Amino acid sequence: MNADVVTGAAGVVAAGVTGGAVTGAGAAGTGVVGSDAALRQILHGLPGVDQVGAHERAASLATRSIKRGAKLWALEMAVRMVDLTTLEGADTPGKIRGLCAKARQPDPSDPSVPPVAAVCVYPDLVGLARGELAGSGVAVASVATAFPSGRASLAVKLADVADAVSAGADEVDMVIDRGAFLAGRYAQVYEEVRAVREACGPTHLKVILETGELATLDNTLRAAWLAMLAGADFIKTSTGKVTPAATPPVALVMLSAVRDFAEATGRRVGVKVAGGIRTAKDAIRYLVLVREIAGPQWLTPEAFRIGASSLLNDLLMQRSKQLTGAYAGPDYFTLD
Amino acid sequence: MPDRPGGARRVKTARAPRTGRTRETGTTARAGTTAQPARAGARLDVRKTYKLFIGGAFPRSESGRSYPATGPDGTVLAHVALASRKDARDAVVAARKAVAGWAGATAYNRGQVLYRVAELLQGRAAQFTEESVANERVSRAEAERQVAEAIDRWVWYAGWPDKIAQVTGAANPVAGPYFNFSVPEPTGVVAVIAPAAPGLLGLVSVLAPVIATGNTAVVVASEPAPLPAVTLAEVLATSDVPAGVVNVLTGRAAELAPVLAAHMDVNAIDLTGVAAGDRAELARLAAGNVKRVFAAADDWAAPPDPARMLAFLEIKTVWHPIGV
Amino acid sequence: MASVTTTTAGADWEYAPAPESREIVTIRREYGLFTGGEFAAPVSGKHFTTLNPASEEPLASVAEAGQADVDRAVASARNAYERSWGRMPGRERAKYLYRIARAIQERAREFAVLESLDNGKPIKESRDVDVPLAAAHFFYHAGWADKLGYAGLGPDPRPLGVAGQVIPWNFPLLMAAWKLAPALATGNTCVLKPAETTPLTALLLAEVIQEAQLPPGTVNIITGDGSTGAGLVGHPGVDKIAFTGSTEVGKAIQAAVAGTGKRLTLELGGKAANVVFDDAALDQAVEGIVNGIFFNQGHVCCAGSRLLLAEPVADAVLDRLKRRLATLRLGDPLDKNTDIGAINSRQQLDKIAGLVAAGEAEGAQRWSPPCPLPAKGYWFPPTVFSGVSQSHRIAREEIFGPVLSVLTFRTPEEAVAKANNTPYGLSAGVWTEKGSRILWMAQRLRAGVVWANTYNRFDPASPFGGYRESGFGREGGRAGLAAYLDA
Repeated sequence: MNADVVTGAAGVVAAGVTGGAVTGAGAAGTGVVGSDAALRQILHGLPGVDQVGAHERAASLATRSIKRGAKLWALEMAVRMVDLTTLEGADTPGKIRGLCAKARQPDPSDPSVPPVAAVCVYPDLVGLARGELAGSGVAVASVATAFPSGRASLAVKLADVADAVSAGADEVDMVIDRGAFLAGRYAQVYEEVRAVREACGPTHLKVILETGELATLDNTLRAAWLAMLAGADFIKTSTGKVTPAATPPVALVMLSAVRDFAEATGRRVGVKVAGGIRTAKDAIRYLVLVREIAGPQWLTPEAFRIGASSLLNDLLMQRSKQLTGAYAGPDYFTLD
Repeated sequence: MPDRPGGARRVKTARAPRTGRTRETGTTARAGTTAQPARAGARLDVRKTYKLFIGGAFPRSESGRSYPATGPDGTVLAHVALASRKDARDAVVAARKAVAGWAGATAYNRGQVLYRVAELLQGRAAQFTEESVANERVSRAEAERQVAEAIDRWVWYAGWPDKIAQVTGAANPVAGPYFNFSVPEPTGVVAVIAPAAPGLLGLVSVLAPVIATGNTAVVVASEPAPLPAVTLAEVLATSDVPAGVVNVLTGRAAELAPVLAAHMDVNAIDLTGVAAGDRAELARLAAGNVKRVFAAADDWAAPPDPARMLAFLEIKTVWHPIGV
Repeated sequence: MASVTTTTAGADWEYAPAPESREIVTIRREYGLFTGGEFAAPVSGKHFTTLNPASEEPLASVAEAGQADVDRAVASARNAYERSWGRMPGRERAKYLYRIARAIQERAREFAVLESLDNGKPIKESRDVDVPLAAAHFFYHAGWADKLGYAGLGPDPRPLGVAGQVIPWNFPLLMAAWKLAPALATGNTCVLKPAETTPLTALLLAEVIQEAQLPPGTVNIITGDGSTGAGLVGHPGVDKIAFTGSTEVGKAIQAAVAGTGKRLTLELGGKAANVVFDDAALDQAVEGIVNGIFFNQGHVCCAGSRLLLAEPVADAVLDRLKRRLATLRLGDPLDKNTDIGAINSRQQLDKIAGLVAAGEAEGAQRWSPPCPLPAKGYWFPPTVFSGVSQSHRIAREEIFGPVLSVLTFRTPEEAVAKANNTPYGLSAGVWTEKGSRILWMAQRLRAGVVWANTYNRFDPASPFGGYRESGFGREGGRAGLAAYLDA
C-alpha cells in the first residue's frame, strides 16, 4: 500500500511539475494536494523509517574501505561537488573575492585540480560573486527566504528570492518554514516552496529542510517528499547554522527519497549535504552513501553537492597524499 | 576566611619505609618533613600535591584552604585540599552534566570501563599500600590485604552492569492483554560520604556500586585517610571513566555533608561515613527534595551484596497492549 | 541551471581492492591437540588438512583425535575439575575469564583474519561481529562466576563437572566462546571439539588460554571429525554435553545420551520465517531481509530463510530487495569491501546447489543479481526464489546457504500459521511499525528468539535457543547458566 501511495501522490502532482495546473495550487485548503489533510494522508502514508535500522545501515556503509584509485576519484569528484560557502554577517567584498578565487582554482600550485561546483553566499553579494566568477563555470548559489530562520512573511521571503534572481544567481537555496512543518501546516510549506519555485523561473532551486530541527527521520522523509512534490531541484539537509546539521542517517533517508521519487515520477532530484562536513573522510563516506543508496546516477555535481568551507583544503591535502605518498600539511594550501 | 586547622605543625623526623628501600628510590606517598640535612649526592623526592577531583580535572579548593593528612604518629604527610561548599556545588554540577552520557552508555560499556579501572588499580597496588601504611593505623600486611580486596571488589562490581537488569527487572504477568516489564534505571547524582576507614577499601565499597549502576557520584573522602582517595581519583582520570562521573572532595564531612544533604539537585545520599548519631539531621535535610537516603555499617572485609546498587536504582515499569 | 529532468548519469565508481593483510597471523604448519595445558601430537598419529574455502589453498595440518586422545582430554579435564578449577572460588575464576576476554580484544585483528581465512566469511563480519561478540561473551560470563547465587538458581548452585562440547563451522570462534564461557564461569571444565573444516581460531584461542595461565586441563581442545565428536559424546567421563549443529546429528546425540544421566543441551537447525507486514519501514525491512539470509552467506541456524510478505507489499518489497541485492559484493573474504564470502566447503556447496535445483524443479522462480564468481574456491550467488509454497522443499528444509524463499500471506493469523508450520522453532522476524502487533506476533510465534524490526542480533546477555527440533536449552543471559549448573 505504501508503494502505491508514493506513486499515487507523485502522480497527482506530476501535472504540477510539468507545468499543468495543480488543483488548489496557491490556495491552502482547497484541492487535492492543497490541503493539510490531503498532504498529511500522502506524507504520513509513506513508509516509516526505523531509526535504529537507518543508523545501522549508515554505519555499515561507513566501513567501506576506499583506497588508491577509487580514493583519488572520490576526492576529485568531491571537489567538483563542493558548494564553497560563506554565510556570515561579517562577509565583506574582500571575503567574497577571496572565496571566488579559491572556488575557481582551489589549488594554485596544481591547476589540474578542478574548480568547485558553486559558491554559496547571501543575496546582496551575488552580483559581486558573479563578476568574480565570470567565465569560470562555477555557479553562484544564493540563500534566500529569510535564511537561516525562515521566519518572515511570504512577501518578504519572495522579495529576498527576487533580489537573488535579479542579481544573477544561478541557484537559490531556500529554507522551509520549520515552524509550519512541525505544526502540521503542510499546505503552507508546500505553497511556499511552489511560490519560490515560480519566483525562481529557470534558476535552480534547492530546498533546505533543516533536518536538525525536524528531529526525526520520519519528518525528514516527509519534508523531503513535500519539497520534491512542490518542485525542488535539490533537497538540502541544513543551513549549517544549527547542530546537528548533515548526518549520514539523514543523508541516507534523503537519498532513498530521491531514488523512490525518481522511480515514481521519472524526475531526478538532487541532494545536498551541508554543515559539519569537515574532513575528506566524511565526504567520501557521503559519496559511498550516494552510490549505494541512490545509485551511480547521482554521482555527479548535477545531482549531489556538499556545502562546505574548510572541507576543501582537507580534500586537497588527502589528494596530495594520494599523489605523492607523503602526508600533507595545511600551510601548503591557500586560505581564501 | 581560610583557617589553618589543626594548629601548629609538628615537625618530626620521617621514618624510612619498612621495605628497606632508601628514600632515593621509593615511590612512596610520604612527604614527611625532616630535619635531616641533605647528604651530599642524595636525591630529593618530588612531593605529590593532593587536590580535589571535579569534572575530570584536579583543582585546588576555591577557598584556598588545605588541611594536613597525618600518619598515625602525627607526622604530616601532605596538605590536602579542604573542600568548601562551593566546591561541593561545582562537583554536583559536574556530576549532573555527566549523567546523560554515563547512564546512556550501554551496560557492557560501563562494565568494560570499570574493569579498566581495576587494571589500573592493580598497577598502582604498591602505591596504594604505601599510602595506607603511611596514612592509616594499619600494618603493611593488612594494607596489602585491603588493597587486594579493594581491587577484587572493584572487579566484582565491574561484572554487575550487564546483569543487574536481569536480576532486578522482570516481565510482569499482568491480568490483561498487555506486555508489562520493569527495568531498573539509575537515579542520577548520588552524594557519598565515605567511611573514615579503611581508606581505599571503604571508598571502593561505597563508590563502585554507585557508578556501576549508571549513577554519577560526589564523594566526600575519609577525612583522616584522604590520600588513597586522591590516588584513586588519579586512576579514574587516567582510565576511560568520563569526566564528572566521579568527583572526589577531600575535607570535613561535618562541613560538606549538610550541603550535599540539602542540595536540591542531588538525587540520593549515602551517609555510611557519618556517625550514626549524626545521620538523623542529615536525613531530615535530605527530605527537602525527597532524596533517597542510604546508610549501612558494613563489615568491609565481608563479601558485598547488591544492596548498595539497589539503593540507587529506580524501577520503571512500562505497559504496552498486545493486539493485532 | 534549470531543473534537471534529463538523466545525466553519474560516472560509476569502482571500489579498488582493499585487502586486509594476512601477515598479522602466523599459521603453524602443523597443530597438535591442546590437553593438560600443552599442545601435543595425537596418540592416533593422524592429521588432516584444513583449507581456505575461498581459494582451496591448504592452510595447516591439524591433529585428528582418536579415542585414546579423547580419553586423555577427558581425564585431563576431570583432573582439573577435581584439583584446581572445580575448587577455585568464583572471584578467581572470574579474573581468568576476564583475562581471556581482554586477550581476544588485544589480538582481535589476528583472530578476525584467521577466521576469514579458515571459514570464508568476509573480514568485515569476522572483525565487526564474530570477534567482538566472542570477547563480549567471555566478559559477560566472567562477571557471573562470583555471582551465581543471584542467578535465580538457588543460593549456591554447583557445577556439573566435565563438559563435552561440539561446535559447528559457521561461527567457529564465537561458538567456542558461547560454549566455554558459561561452562567455565559456572565452575566446570571443558573438552571442546571444533568443527572439522574450521579448527584454527579455536587453536589460537588455546594459545590465549595458555597465556592466561588457566590451570592445565581446565580447557582442552581436540580437533577431529565426526567420529571424534561421537567419541566425546559417548565418553562416560563426561557429565554434560553441549552440541550445536544439524538437527540430524542432534537427534543422534540425544538418542545416544538417553539413559546415561548426562545433561544435554542442543542448538540445532532452523527455517525461520521473516514476516513483513504492509506497514513495515520498507527500506529497513529490506536491510533486515538481506541481513537475515545473506549475513554469513546464510550459514546461520537462525537465518531468515523464509520471507513471508504481506500480499499488498509483496511486489514493492521484492523490487526493493532485488535492487538492493545488486549492490552486494561477493568475493575475496579478506577484502574489506566484501559483503558475501565463500561457502565453507565443497560438501556444503553441493548441498545448497542440490536444494536450489529442487526449488527450480518444483516450480519456484529463481533470481540472482549479476554476480561473477571467482574461478577457485566455493561460491554461491545470493539467490531469491519467489512463488514458493509451503510444500516446496526449499520452504521446508534448511538450506544453510544464501538462498531465500519468498511466500506471501494475507492476515496476521495466516502469517503466524505459516511461520509456525515447521518442525523447527529457532527464530523468527517481524517487521511492522505497530508495537501491539509486534507483541502479538511475538506471543504467538513458536520460536526461541523473535526479532522485531531487526534481525540476527546477538548479545551475551540475551538468551538464545530454540523450540522443538531446533533444540533445547538456552545460551547467554541468566537462562543460559542453568545448563551448566546442578540446579
